Order: sequence, then C-alpha cells, then structure tokens
Amino acid sequence: MDRLALDVAHLFAGSLVLVSFMLLYQDRMTGLINTFAMHALVVSFSVAWQAYIQLAPHLYITAAIALGVKAVVIPFALHRIVVRLGIHRTIEPVVGIGQTMLAGIGLVALSIMVMLPITAQAGTLAREDLAFALSVILLGLLMMVSRRNAVSQVIGFMSIENGLILAATGAKGMPLVVEISVAFSILIALIVIGIFLFRIRERFETVDIYVLHQHRGEQP
Amino acid sequence: MSDPGSLVLIAILAIPAAAAAVLALLPDDRTSAWINALASFLTLACAAVLLVERPAPGPFLIVDDLNVVFIVLSTFVAFTTSVFSGTYIAHELEVGKLTPTYLRFYHAMYQTLMFGMNLALLSNNVGLMWVAVELSTLTTVLMVGIYRTPAALEAAWKYFLLGSVGIALALFGTILVYLAARSVVGEGLDAMAWSVLADNAAAFDPALLNLSFVFLLLGYGTKVGLVPLHAWLPDAHAEGPTPISAVLSGLLLNVALFAVLRFKTIMSANPAALAPGPLMVSLGLLSVVFAAFMLYRRQDIKRLFAYSSIEHMGIITFAFGMGGPLANFAGLLHMTLHSLTKSAIFFCVGHIAQVKGTQQMSEIRGLTVSHPVLGWGLVLGVVAIAGLPPTGIFMSEFLVITSSFARQPVLALILGLALLVGFGALLLRLNGLAFGAPQGSSEPAKASFVPVAAHLGLVLCAGVWLPPALVAWFQHVARLLS
Repeated sequence: MDRLALDVAHLFAGSLVLVSFMLLYQDRMTGLINTFAMHALVVSFSVAWQAYIQLAPHLYITAAIALGVKAVVIPFALHRIVVRLGIHRTIEPVVGIGQTMLAGIGLVALSIMVMLPITAQAGTLAREDLAFALSVILLGLLMMVSRRNAVSQVIGFMSIENGLILAATGAKGMPLVVEISVAFSILIALIVIGIFLFRIRERFETVDIYVLHQHRGEQP
Repeated sequence: MSDPGSLVLIAILAIPAAAAAVLALLPDDRTSAWINALASFLTLACAAVLLVERPAPGPFLIVDDLNVVFIVLSTFVAFTTSVFSGTYIAHELEVGKLTPTYLRFYHAMYQTLMFGMNLALLSNNVGLMWVAVELSTLTTVLMVGIYRTPAALEAAWKYFLLGSVGIALALFGTILVYLAARSVVGEGLDAMAWSVLADNAAAFDPALLNLSFVFLLLGYGTKVGLVPLHAWLPDAHAEGPTPISAVLSGLLLNVALFAVLRFKTIMSANPAALAPGPLMVSLGLLSVVFAAFMLYRRQDIKRLFAYSSIEHMGIITFAFGMGGPLANFAGLLHMTLHSLTKSAIFFCVGHIAQVKGTQQMSEIRGLTVSHPVLGWGLVLGVVAIAGLPPTGIFMSEFLVITSSFARQPVLALILGLALLVGFGALLLRLNGLAFGAPQGSSEPAKASFVPVAAHLGLVLCAGVWLPPALVAWFQHVARLLS
C-alpha cells in the first residue's frame, strides 16, 4: 500500500477525532447536531476511502449508509425534534467544558498509549486507525456521561458508533461489516424514533435525564 | 444443508421469525397468545431434536456441546413463559393496561426476541452473534417500555443507553478478536468463526487478545448485569411486563454469559494471554456481595428478585471464572436451576402483582392465606432460590463453594458469607409476603399454575435426584470448558 493512501486514511481518521472534540464543546443544540452531521460526513469519507484502497466495494454500502442516514436523515430528524420540543438553546453539561476537554485529551493519550504497542503486528493501516477509533469511542463515552440531555446522549452514542465503524473498516477484510453497520443504523433509527414517539417532553416536560430520575419508585 | 440436523437448525430460527411476522399482522389477541405458545413449543421440540441429531458446523451456524445446553434450556423456558404470558396478558387487557395494538406488538416482539436469542446461541460467527445480541437487546428495550408510564420509559431509556454502550464495547472487542485471528487464520469469514478461533487460539497475538477480552467482558458483562455495570437491570425487571422479567432473568442474562464463556475458552486456549478466570471471579464475587446487601433495602417485589438475579449471575460467573471440571459443572447446573427457579418466581410474582394491584411489598401480606396456591408457589420458589436443601440450588451452590474452597479458601468464605446475607434478606421478605394476616384484595387469581409447577418440580427433583445422563452430559461440557 503506498504512502499517500495511508496518509489520506490517517487524515480522515484524525479529523474524526478532531470533530469528536468539537462535539464536546458545543453549547447549543443546533450546533451540536450540525457538528454531528459533520462527524458522520467524515466517517463516510473515511469508509469510502478504505473501500477504495482495500478494493472492497461492499464497504461503499457502509459509506453510503453513513452518509445518507447519519449525515442527512438523522440530523434532519433531530433538528425537527429539537424545534418541536423547544430545547434548541439549552445544553446543560454536568461538568464544565474546560474539564471535559482536558479529560478528552487524557483519553486520547490513553488510547494511543494502549493501542500502539499492542497492535504492532496488526499492520500500519489498522494500527493508527484503531488508536483513532478507540479515541473516538472514549470521547463519545465521555460525552454521554458529561451531558444530561437525552438528545446529546444519543449524539454521543452515535459518535461512538462512528468510531466503531472506523475500527471495523480499518480491520482489513473483516466480514459482516456491512451487516453490522446496517444493524447499527436500525438501532439508531429506533432511538431517534423512540425519542420522537415516546414524546418524552409531553410526559416529563423535559428531556433532561436528571428529571427522569425523579420518577423512580425507589432510590438505590 | 439437507440432512435432518440442518433442517432442524434452520427451523429453530425460522419458526420464531415466521411467528413474529404472523403475530405482527394478526389482529385477534386470543389466537395470538395461542400462536405464541404454539410457536414456542415447536421451537422447543426442534431444539430437543438437536440433542440427538447434530448438524456439521457451517460458516454461520454451529451446534456443539456447549450451546446445546443453552438452547434447550432457553427454548424450554421460552415455552413455559409463553404459556404464562397468555393468562398474564389476558388480565392486562381486561384492566386496560395494554391495548390490542400494543398486544400485537408485544407478541411479535416476544418471538423476535426468541429469534435473536436462538441466533446468538447458535451462531458460529462472532459478528453474527453480536448482531443477534443487539437484536435481543432492542426487542427487550421496546418491551420494557411498553406500558409507557414515566417509570417504564425511564427504565427503558436507561436500559437502552447502558445496553447500547455495552454492546458498543463488545463490538470493539469483537473487532480486536478478528484482528488477532486475521494474522493467523487469514482474512474472511474463517477469522470470525468460533470453531476456527477455538482451534487456532494458541497462535494468536496475546496482547491483542488481552485487550479484546477486557472490552468483551465489560461489554457483554453489562448485559449479564455484573456489578458495577448492573444499573439497568432492576429497573428493566420492575417496570416491564412480568413475562419479560422472567425471560430477561431466565434467558437473556444467560445468553450474554454464554458470549463471555465463548471468549473465555478462546482466552484460555492461549497460554501467553491473560488468564480470564481472576477477572470473572472478581466481577462475580463483587456482584454477589453487592446484591446480597442491596436485597435488604428493596420495597418493590420485582426489584427484589431482580437483585437476586444479579446475585445469582454473580455466583455463576464466579464458578466459571474459577474453572476446572467441578466448578464449571456447578456453574452450568446453577445456571440451569437459576433460570428455572427465577422464571417460576416471576410467574408467581406476576399474578400476585395483578391480584393485589401493587408491586410494593409493604402492601402485600398473608399470601398463603388469601391465595394458597400462588402463595405457596412463591414460598417454594423463594426457598429454592435462597438455596435451602433439598432444592437443586442448594446443591449447586454447595458445589461452587466446596470446589473453590480447595483452591481459594478466602474467596469461597466471602462467597459463602454473602450467600448467607442474601438468604437472610430473602427469608425476611418472604415472611412478610407469605404469612400473617392477609392484606389487600383477596379475589381469586386467574393464574396458570402449570408453568410454575413444572419449573419448581424440576428444581426440586434436581435436588433429590439428578438423572445420570444429565450429570454425564454436564460433566462432559464442564471438561470442554476447562
């Protein structure tokens, strides 16, 4: 595999980590959704590039799903939900943005330190891709725990999923990647439909998970 | 793929899938409960055939000594639960907690869940298994939230978030396993097939395997309900329909544990890799101790038994983590008996909650007086799950403790003490629930007692006499695992 192909693959994977960081400091719902659309766009480029350099045409399907579903349909649906629920301004982080970003940097360092020595035999492509993918996954987890709002948690989860797709396509020749990405898209579609159908707003007047906790029958 | 074994294998997956489609389209609720039970029975019959007819492993599906145990147990409990579900759901419809439309959805989801679990158990491919576990997670999420009360929605949402994060971690682990296998087996389907992975595991890169097992244990461990990843479990059990609580505790937790076990065998086949046992032992022990103490503070009857499930999954994980023929045997036996007992308890609890109109234990008293059959059924079930002789669970817990005493006396002691603590909590609660002056409604319950009697009868029988064929079979599987 020539140098350029690898560099471009790493460029996309690295930009995905960068966009993950951008997700962390969004303080408005609209901005968050748009940034997520960008996240999905980058991942679809990355997958398409992998399909091209690995000569694996089936990966184009995964790229198309990422582009169509996650970069267009889901952000569109989320925008509608956010407008309907009237929550387009508010994101209440549990901890401050500064601390979250610092924690994020720590997580990226951690994933690089964990992955690079271990994957020494796995081939150059998989190696960096996996380190980047783990960073994206950890940053997504960080986002899920540092936000209270249901919509931001869903976006955090979807960014984790993008990281997984990155890892799966980086593992050259992995079977069932397309099937797994389809299964994931169904999962995500259901979450979004779930928020919409259950109309959490109607029942709780909020999509703030913190308020949901008060409905529990008993405290742990 | 035309020999009888393969046809049966396909049928185990095709029957629930077809039934789900039919049930989704069928408007009449009376017949749909029957179809649900019939489909579950047919699946059970097919699974029983697998005991004698075993097809050769294919690229996607496999039947081996390990998963036969799980699939037979799973389809059996699925069948009895579908019988229980018929009467349970009829009552829910009567009191208007569910509308016919939701009922249709419920039945279709029930069969989809069976399809997902059977596929997860039978798959010969780590990726396919992951997809199947994801499918069964999704269907249970939808069913937990089916009542649409605020508490049910919260439970479903929490289950959903934690479950999704869990399976996301599991997928990352799966990718790492593929990477470890790829350099040995080569690219393609083979590098994800159990049969191939297990044979070649000795040559895999140990560092990659170690990392993958951490992700897999955390990921699938979330689904097993191991502490500290258990937060979704009590809520999901308490807020969903009771048949789903029975299936969750009796089957879905086992499926996740099965996934962990599969990867554990790969890990143990590689001498240079981290020993998976200590990790599983510590998570298991932590779950037992934590759940045993948490049992005292429960006020909701379904939450009480949900915590008891965490405790027992902890015991099973502990046993399999200990390893060795005896501990593995005890783990398998305990898993089987726990599934049977816990689902029987949930059958009783479901009817009790319906009759009394509440799940709060403070409002339920004197069940053996007001509802003798249900009350004594619950007493028997709790006595069994608490591990009193002569029930089978006493024997399996005894085996777990004695087999680990020889190797890790301190851990065995902690386990024994935690079991005693949990035992005390269960009997304390049982005393209030079952005896004393009856409280609340005492109108007769329209209950199906056959599933309860069948499960408890089996558990009691296992304590007194285990068929030698079963013992030989479990011993064989236990040796394979170690």
